[in-house]
Amino acid sequence: MNIVVCVKQVPDTTEIRIDPVKNTLIRQGVPSIMNPFDKNALEEALQLKEQYGGAVTVISMGPEQAKATLREALSMGADKAYLVTDRSFGGSDTYATSYILAKVIEKLGPFDVILGGKQAIDGDTGQTAPSIAEHLGIARLTHVLSIKIEGNKCIVEREIEEGVEIVEAKLPILCTATKETNKPRYATIKGKIDSLKAEIENITLADLPDIDVTKIGLKGSPTRVKSTFTPKRQSCCEMLEIINPRETARMLFGKLADAKIL
Amino acid sequence: MSLLYTDEQKALIALVKEMAENEIKPHVQELDEKGECPKDLFKWAFDMGLHMLEIPEEYGGTGLSYETTAMIFEELAKVDAGYAITLVTTFVALRNVILSGTPEQGKYFADIIGKGNFAAFALTEPNAGSDPAALRGTAVKDGDDYILNAAKTFITNGEIAALFVGFFKTDPAAGHKGISAFIVDADAAGITIGKHENKMGLRLSNTTDVTFENVRVPASSMVGPEGSGFKLALNALNLSRAFVATMAVGIMQRALDESVKYAKERKQFGQPIIKFQMVQQMLADMAIKTEASRVLVNNTMRMMDNGSLVRKEGSITKTFVSDCAQEVTSNAVQIFGGYGYSKEYPVEKLMRDCKIFQIFEGANQIQRLTIANELEREYK
Ligand SMILES: Cc1cc2nc3c(=O)[nH]c(=O)nc-3n(C[C@H](O)[C@H](O)[C@H](O)COP(=O)(O)OP(=O)(O)OC[C@H]3O[C@@H](n4cnc5c(N)ncnc54)[C@H](O)[C@@H]3O)c2cc1C
Ligand SMILES: Cc1cc2nc3c(=O)[nH]c(=O)nc-3n(C[C@H](O)[C@H](O)[C@H](O)COP(=O)(O)OP(=O)(O)OC[C@H]3O[C@@H](n4cnc5c(N)ncnc54)[C@H](O)[C@@H]3O)c2cc1C
Repeated sequence: MNIVVCVKQVPDTTEIRIDPVKNTLIRQGVPSIMNPFDKNALEEALQLKEQYGGAVTVISMGPEQAKATLREALSMGADKAYLVTDRSFGGSDTYATSYILAKVIEKLGPFDVILGGKQAIDGDTGQTAPSIAEHLGIARLTHVLSIKIEGNKCIVEREIEEGVEIVEAKLPILCTATKETNKPRYATIKGKIDSLKAEIENITLADLPDIDVTKIGLKGSPTRVKSTFTPKRQSCCEMLEIINPRETARMLFGKLADAKIL
Repeated sequence: MSLLYTDEQKALIALVKEMAENEIKPHVQELDEKGECPKDLFKWAFDMGLHMLEIPEEYGGTGLSYETTAMIFEELAKVDAGYAITLVTTFVALRNVILSGTPEQGKYFADIIGKGNFAAFALTEPNAGSDPAALRGTAVKDGDDYILNAAKTFITNGEIAALFVGFFKTDPAAGHKGISAFIVDADAAGITIGKHENKMGLRLSNTTDVTFENVRVPASSMVGPEGSGFKLALNALNLSRAFVATMAVGIMQRALDESVKYAKERKQFGQPIIKFQMVQQMLADMAIKTEASRVLVNNTMRMMDNGSLVRKEGSITKTFVSDCAQEVTSNAVQIFGGYGYSKEYPVEKLMRDCKIFQIFEGANQIQRLTIANELEREYK
């Protein structure tokens, strides 16, 4: 069983503060962490490896400092880690990012299972992992709760709004993990020490000879961010007149239903 | 904090902190009340390898230095010293079997502990506390076996241990030179575990009487030569004393952390109490004693890493640090005022937890005797 996990380094949003004057995020001094859902993806990969054997590879696209996140993945038990990095990759949107990651996966593969997080807590689009599946032309199952492998297919439980869906799919498969998927393990002390000394290879444009350079970086990205802003917090209060309790409850129910809260 | 930490040490401390804060801390108040700690809660420590940190790699350990191991245990003790000592007692017992026993004994012991089990160190008896030469427990040769009889008391991990290192007289007439050490499986016939001690503090740590009644062990389970048990016990105590001191530093740091935070929040006379000079003095003295203790522990650990037995230095460290801890934790309660005296707040527990550090691993009076004896020898 060959498994690859896509992990993204993100700012620790629990530590994020807003500049009171400029109304923008203060990024300086904010520690970087592994995207929490990617930790769930990695945990799932490690459990699959424990159950079915094989190896777990982790990849991350980002600057040199993203190696800290790859080391964390190694300390938890991943076997190999690669940093996907090149000047020409800078400015990639989710389309370009997922295209580059798909090319990397093709180069390092073949893989039976590709895992990612349901979304990154900074960019928050939830597009990258599913798009990788599109580029590779394979099936994808998002928000998985469990993965069972039977021969060349998998049986997956997915979290959906109405409950749990059980789906069967052919391998290779791409799955995304959420907080509900599992509880990620802690690194062992030994794993942590070894990970600090591990060599992490870079994968650059030169390592991907068949990549279409018109689809990467700023130029290859169809999305343009026009502006970003912090939404204004608004709260308003409406008093309901009490005619009688039953009628007031009915009015309240109507209001909540209109606001799509009920 | 005062020490120069390597990047590796910083990463390990952060890892253990994250685990202890998330997985252990939420249960501590309830378990302190109950006076117990379920084995399940040690799964985290076993998975991480905290029971084998400084055990050499050939025995399945991580092979860390004493210095780094101590930093990790300080962090664990910040969350709960009773949790920490359960692991320390285990690895000190294993370490001493490796140091004083045969390679086979070391391997046997390490394999069982490595799987996620505890060990205990059974020396104290009702009438032999500070004076182990007064032990009454006996080991009598019978063919290829020894028959062990003893009433041991105050045994840390007594109820949960898979293995004991026990101390018995092979020559009852010979004082401390008549003591020998044995490895005993906890499930051997004739061992009874007594009641769990209802203690003032360190209540997550298991402490029981252990009675050995005609327990038969093979002669090959004797650790070191006959009559060397007292020396082994002293070596073991040198090691555990240093680790006990690092846990006391953890308790002090926690007391300081809680106190500064509270003093900044609590307002009286229209201002935070940290603005009052008398409160500032208490906080400053707490910081001074905590920092000095940490540096002293670190130096002792580094001496042990260089092969020193730290006979005098270990005693100095344990005594100084555990004495400081009394004042530091008591002042934490003082800074919290009436709330500090309440079990709703975390500091009264720190005060209860740290008292034992002046008593076990050799009471501080006995440490001072040792220090004075060493001085007398040095200046001969
Ligand atoms: C230096 C830089 C410049 C950028 N410039 C632009 C820009 O000009 N225009 C624009 O639109 N966006 C830009 N981005 C944002 C970028 O497109 C997104 O960060 C990226 O595509 C992921 O989208 P997301 O954060 O919404 O992740 P999601 O799609 O929510 O992430 C889902 C999952 O995909 C995987 N994943 C996502 N990103 C990575 C990664 N980098 N490596 C490995 N796995 C990953 C993880 O498993 C993750 O859990 C830039 C980002 C960086 C770092
Ligand atoms: C929580 C806990 C855990 C323990 N864990 C273990 C364990 O795992 N294994 C184990 O073997 N033991 C253990 N002990 C026992 C501990 O080591 C003893 O309690 C300690 O050695 C003191 O012995 P004692 O209680 O008999 O006190 P005593 O020896 O009776 O001492 C009473 C007082 O007299 C003082 N005193 C005694 N002799 C002298 C002297 N010559 N000069 C000056 N003052 C003196 C002492 O300092 C003390 O203040 C534990 C005890 C506790 C409370």
